[in-house]
Amino acid sequence: MAGADMAQRLVQLLTDQRDAFVEQWVDTVVRSLRGRITEAELRRELTELYGAVLEALASGGLAPRAEHFAEVRSLLVELSRNRARQGFSPTETAISVFSLKEVLEPVLSGENDDIRAYLQFSRLLDDLGLFTVEEHGRTREEIISVQAEQLLELSTPVVKLWDGVVGVPLVGTLDSARTQVVMEKLLQSLIDSNSTHAIIDITGVPAVDTQVAQHLLKTVVAARMMGAECTISGIRPQIAQTIVTLGIEFGDIPTKATLSDALRHALAQRAAAGQAGGLL
Amino acid sequence: MTSVPVGSDPVQEVGIVASGDVVKARQIIRTLAQQSRLSLVDQTKLVTAASELARNTVVYGGGGTMRACVARDGAKVGVWVQFTDQGQGIPDLELALTDGWSSGKGMGLGLSGARRLVDEFDLRSAAGEGTTVTVVKWVR
Repeated sequence: MAGADMAQRLVQLLTDQRDAFVEQWVDTVVRSLRGRITEAELRRELTELYGAVLEALASGGLAPRAEHFAEVRSLLVELSRNRARQGFSPTETAISVFSLKEVLEPVLSGENDDIRAYLQFSRLLDDLGLFTVEEHGRTREEIISVQAEQLLELSTPVVKLWDGVVGVPLVGTLDSARTQVVMEKLLQSLIDSNSTHAIIDITGVPAVDTQVAQHLLKTVVAARMMGAECTISGIRPQIAQTIVTLGIEFGDIPTKATLSDALRHALAQRAAAGQAGGLL
Repeated sequence: MTSVPVGSDPVQEVGIVASGDVVKARQIIRTLAQQSRLSLVDQTKLVTAASELARNTVVYGGGGTMRACVARDGAKVGVWVQFTDQGQGIPDLELALTDGWSSGKGMGLGLSGARRLVDEFDLRSAAGEGTTVTVVKWVR
């Protein structure tokens, strides 16, 4: 039996018992997902998918990555995306596809041709199943990268500590991307709040290596160019010793052990300069 | 010391390819440093040294691997870390270990600073043959 005949046989089988198959398919999947998705929604999804598979088989045979399977693939993309967003695992996503095999299995007549057709169909479903897993993974990665960006925004607040003094409490790893965000936010808030002093607090930064130090220095230099003074606070004993051993020099940038020291320093400087106003 | 001292704990191996792996490396080393009961200052020094070396592996070595374990040598306990890459290598080791010299855009303190932060430091490299850096920090 040639490929085309096999596809024909499958189409016939799938068309004849369409309603029964869809019903069984929905049943199997619903059980595996344990009620975390409504049956009506699942039925809509699977009926649509079933129709698309049938159409693809009828129009062009069994090559799952070929052009005529485009409709099926786009339905699967949608399905995987929804599942990934709802927190289903890759297995729970792929099972929607794989369980169609189970549905078809009991109706086999036992003839060689039927078995061969079934094997072909099962290979097709394997491929489509893998496709959903891939798509599931891709969606998860997208979600993670969006969250990472949100975290980046969240984790760099600039707070007003006093009239003319803003503070940036840094928590976590300071890499190039984050420093960029910190620098932009700090410089903008100096203008917005009309401040002359900024305090960068690194109590929450676990390790200060040369890259972190370089990023900090650049931020301070940028703030100075705008006429603001920067203090780095939150230097713990172990960090101080490490920075000295590394050989990093902060030059004339004032550094303090605690945020309160830094604030006192900033206020004293403002008082000494007789500054009542701000940058503007 | 380029090989793990006999009697040490099993070696963990992890790929250091992207800059995110530097964070991973730091976390692994911090855990090992805590396990071997290094003081807080020594923990921070070792983690910072590992951070410098891991970043060098990514930026200059084009990615490589980190192997690390709790080292035991007689009564001494410490952390043994080795970074290996197959990158372009370092043509002049002495120059590379000079404070303030960088072939890139860094401060030029990473490699020389890392050497000061640990107790044992071994750098092997030749142009075109990749680089292997091995460091040990012992509990005092």
